[in-house]
Amino acid sequence: MKQIILKYLKPYFPRMGVGFLIKFIGTIMDLCIPYILAHIIDTVILTKNKGLIFGWGALMIVCSLLAVSFNIIANRMASRVSGDATENIRHDLFSKTMRLSNAQTDFYTKPSLISRMTSDTYNLHQMLGRIQRLGVRAPILLVGGLCVTFTLDYAMACVLLAVLPLLGFITVYVSRRSIPMFGGLQEANDRFVRMVREDIAGIRVIKALSKTDYETEKFRSINREVVERERKNGMVMSIINPSMNILLNLGLVGVILVGAYRVNAGTSEVGKILAFTTYFTIILNAMMSISKMFTILSKAIASGNRIWYVLEGEDDMRVMEIYGEAMGDEGSRGDSAEAEDCEICFDHVTFSYLKKGEANVKDLSFRIKKGETLGIIGEIGSGKSTIINLMMRMYDADQGRILIAGKDVRSYEPSELKQKFGVVFQNDTIFEDTIAENVTLGRKISSKQLQDALFYARASEFVKNRDDKEGEALNIKGANLSGGQKQRVLIARALAARPEILILDDSSSALDYRTDAEMRKGIREHFQDTTLVIVAQRVSSIRNADHILVLEDGVPIGYGTHEELMEGCDVYSEISRSQMGA
Amino acid sequence: MNTEKKRYSKRTILRLGQYMWQYKWLLALAMICTLGSNLFSLIGPKLTGLSIGAIESGRGAVDFEKVFYYAGWMALFYVVSALMSYGLHVLMLTISRKVVYRMRQDVFEKLMTLPVGYFDVHQTGDIISRISYDIDTVNASLSNDLVQLLTTVITVTGALLMMLSISPKLVLVFAFTVPLSVLITKYITGKTRPLFRQRSAKLGELNGFVEEMISGQKTLKAYNREEYTQGKFDKKNKTAVEAYYRAEYYGSVVGPCVNFINNLSLSLISVFGALLYLAGSMRIGDISSFVLYSRKFSGPINEAANIFSELQSALAAAERVFRLIEEASEPADAENAIVLEGARGEVELQSVNFGYLPGKTIIHDLSFRAQPGKLIAIVGPTGAGKTTLINLLMRFYDPDSGTITVDGKPNAMMTRSSLRKAYAMVLQDTWLFYGSIYENLAYGKEGATREDVEAAARAAHIHSFIKRLPEGYDTILTDEGTNISKGQKQLLTIARAMLLDSKMLILDEATSNVDTRTERQIQKAMLKLMEGKTCFVIAHRLSTIENADLILVVNDGEVVEQGTHGELMERQGVYRRLYNAQFE
Repeated sequence: MKQIILKYLKPYFPRMGVGFLIKFIGTIMDLCIPYILAHIIDTVILTKNKGLIFGWGALMIVCSLLAVSFNIIANRMASRVSGDATENIRHDLFSKTMRLSNAQTDFYTKPSLISRMTSDTYNLHQMLGRIQRLGVRAPILLVGGLCVTFTLDYAMACVLLAVLPLLGFITVYVSRRSIPMFGGLQEANDRFVRMVREDIAGIRVIKALSKTDYETEKFRSINREVVERERKNGMVMSIINPSMNILLNLGLVGVILVGAYRVNAGTSEVGKILAFTTYFTIILNAMMSISKMFTILSKAIASGNRIWYVLEGEDDMRVMEIYGEAMGDEGSRGDSAEAEDCEICFDHVTFSYLKKGEANVKDLSFRIKKGETLGIIGEIGSGKSTIINLMMRMYDADQGRILIAGKDVRSYEPSELKQKFGVVFQNDTIFEDTIAENVTLGRKISSKQLQDALFYARASEFVKNRDDKEGEALNIKGANLSGGQKQRVLIARALAARPEILILDDSSSALDYRTDAEMRKGIREHFQDTTLVIVAQRVSSIRNADHILVLEDGVPIGYGTHEELMEGCDVYSEISRSQMGA
Repeated sequence: MNTEKKRYSKRTILRLGQYMWQYKWLLALAMICTLGSNLFSLIGPKLTGLSIGAIESGRGAVDFEKVFYYAGWMALFYVVSALMSYGLHVLMLTISRKVVYRMRQDVFEKLMTLPVGYFDVHQTGDIISRISYDIDTVNASLSNDLVQLLTTVITVTGALLMMLSISPKLVLVFAFTVPLSVLITKYITGKTRPLFRQRSAKLGELNGFVEEMISGQKTLKAYNREEYTQGKFDKKNKTAVEAYYRAEYYGSVVGPCVNFINNLSLSLISVFGALLYLAGSMRIGDISSFVLYSRKFSGPINEAANIFSELQSALAAAERVFRLIEEASEPADAENAIVLEGARGEVELQSVNFGYLPGKTIIHDLSFRAQPGKLIAIVGPTGAGKTTLINLLMRFYDPDSGTITVDGKPNAMMTRSSLRKAYAMVLQDTWLFYGSIYENLAYGKEGATREDVEAAARAAHIHSFIKRLPEGYDTILTDEGTNISKGQKQLLTIARAMLLDSKMLILDEATSNVDTRTERQIQKAMLKLMEGKTCFVIAHRLSTIENADLILVVNDGEVVEQGTHGELMERQGVYRRLYNAQFE
């Protein structure tokens, strides 16, 4: 939290300084007014000069006007600063979130990242604004009030001063207790939000199974938990105000008693006790404001910490300098030179998502030359998508190395590596935007390239039938497209920039056989330099590939051409026979 | 337009009031606490005055007995007042939590009854923004601001009465300043309300965007779109911050303005008080206590003004919540709707027409009949309207014309829930929730035993996979879990469907992501399980539907061919062309 303040508010320190100064003047103006009042009553009245009374009255109004203008200016400046700082924090947090490695995203979980991005930054924004508005005024009123009481009568002021540490203790104690409570509350809140999100995603299933009542009950218990935590938290926080009231007012009683003795001893006057009571109200109000600030702070600190936790996270995928000889042992050095000629080279790669239990890919090696096609086939969970993730360095391999165009993936600048690829993931995302935007994603893609991409993805036809053609707006997650249309838009996206390596991860499952076949043929003919990686479950999608990799439980059990595998790989030939009906 | 908005604001307040009214007794208790706590603290200054009076006589003549007497009472009153104020806070907290709980529950229940189409056109982030943040804003307002407002009312009235007792003439000062204050607040409120509304809307938009982008993070990274997305985000971020700033720009004026009016009153009191003193109708001590009470009078007003801007944003938030609650639900079941029980599974469509948008019909005059226990395969090119068919069968949408009947009874005459229960369904988008695998599988069938679940999993060929997981059936599926692949998720949903006792089954491309080898095995198991069920299968893989009793070939929303595999192959039509395409 401290770091966030330091990092994001520092640039605004001068502006905040000016704002504070303005606020300071404004507040002093506020403090002047009772002072003038005292002056009128103590001295001006005695002169019985009406003109003078009006004069001083006018001065009070001038002070009021100055106070209001200065306070408004200062408040607006504070809003500006808190807005700008929040904008920067959100910017950095979003930027960091978008750049988190997949392993990190898995660790935080997406819903939690979303809530950090949304509700936590919102809490921070509120806090920054309020602290600036109240943060100057309250201490000035407090300190100013105390100073004045000391000039009046130091003994009585000491009674007041003695109460303050007690107040401080209570405030600190309550905040200490409530900060972890806010953390727990935020976690419960995450669970709450997750459930709503889940249910929105699964609304069809829920309705189909008539589980709405069940879900409502489930929601009820989560809702109850959040509310209960909020209540408990509030109970602790609301100790502050009444205890402050008690302490300060008992302090006032103390002042009166001390005052009584001092007046009796002739060392003070009654008028001073009277003045004390006036300043009392000011100090009390100031303390209330400060305690209110603590409430806001406790909440914001919990949020700030959650944000900072993401912001300060180290990048776990650094660009490394890797030389040929650093990898592999003596014997494979000659081999290494050959490997560098290949477009894609996996060299004894082993990887596991969970870093425990069975590996998702075990000791995998293969080489693909530029312009060739690799088909990957295997049962679900056999590690097909994992290979794609590793190739694009979404995750780092545990053992072995992966070369793309002769260079270790870990030695690429991430953007340079990604630029080589055009990819359609399983279950890939369609954004709520136009078709064109979904294909280009804002890349520099000419309208000719866009049309070509749509054409080769076999999407031109249905796009033409849309009212706004490629300008047609798509709904969230492409809800106004059929499964096959979505896949074709996604394939167009992958083709649009003429990538060096095109990856289609199970991306034609919703296409009928004919469209699928036509599309592959078109791609092969017009993207001859492009290396193609097709992950599929249909043998027909990959039977013409130069190399076919057959996976089972992360282990390659067959590698070769269709003909070779039909001879040498039982699993492959069984799949093939079952699908081709031969 | 403006009047419409105003009416809406009024309605919003009214609805909030209704939520509060349910707790009227607790509220009454809270009122009593407020009253007590404030009255006791209003007596404070009076007692202060009395004890000061006992000191007044000066050196050596202080009446200690009286001083202690009054001081004792003062201490007691203040303590009681503080305790009551704590009680009040607790009460208000309790009430506001109850209200929030109720509101969230209402929103959620609404979400459960909205037509499924609603979720296709509204960002999840925005909906969540309403159910979490907007309600939180309302809630903060209810728990803090209301107490404060109540306090204000009582303190202000009390202080006013005290001042009236001191000098009714001097109170006239407020006849000038209070209306001024009302005018200013009203002016600012009018300005800020739309701004606060905007602030909520822009924030909702930003949150929706964040949600979408974080969900698509992997894709964006794969295309190096981090910078570009950042650019878009920055724009939305800026708009949201600007909207917040604009609302605050005016909102934060209220506090100083009210403060100004208080200072103005004080100045006027000083001047006129001094004049009254010169005229001999007021003593200096009176002016002092008048000022003291005028501070009590204006202090909470000042506080209330700050709170006013919070109330504004609370109102804007409440409005968004109520707008969601007021969305049209799925039409209610017909009044005399019957509960479909023990359906045999005979489904018939009679000249059904349907379109999602009025005037854009995508299903034209569709008729077919499915006998109980038969396997109906629906095939056709993409976008031919196959998913739409499912929406109609499950009554996620109602046809524009024509009827759909189950066992000869029209769908429209049945309760939706009983109709839907009669179907088991496996959709394209697998849906699993945060919870154990066991819970996920048993989801559709209450009281399913461990054995039932395992049997279903075995039949879906996912049992051995589950057994291999460290926690077996108790493994928690996290929403973005990497330990479960898409195909495995699909198998889990298949197993879930297998557990149901329904007489009708819908498979929407559910098997298209499973390798054909596995699919074959599943197909065998399924055929066994599907015995006696009417099954609607949508698939592109023709090998999976060769066994179908009836194949519906759909093109442009219309059934262009009907028949068995053999019949259709002989016909040399669309089906035959599609079938042959897989060998090209």
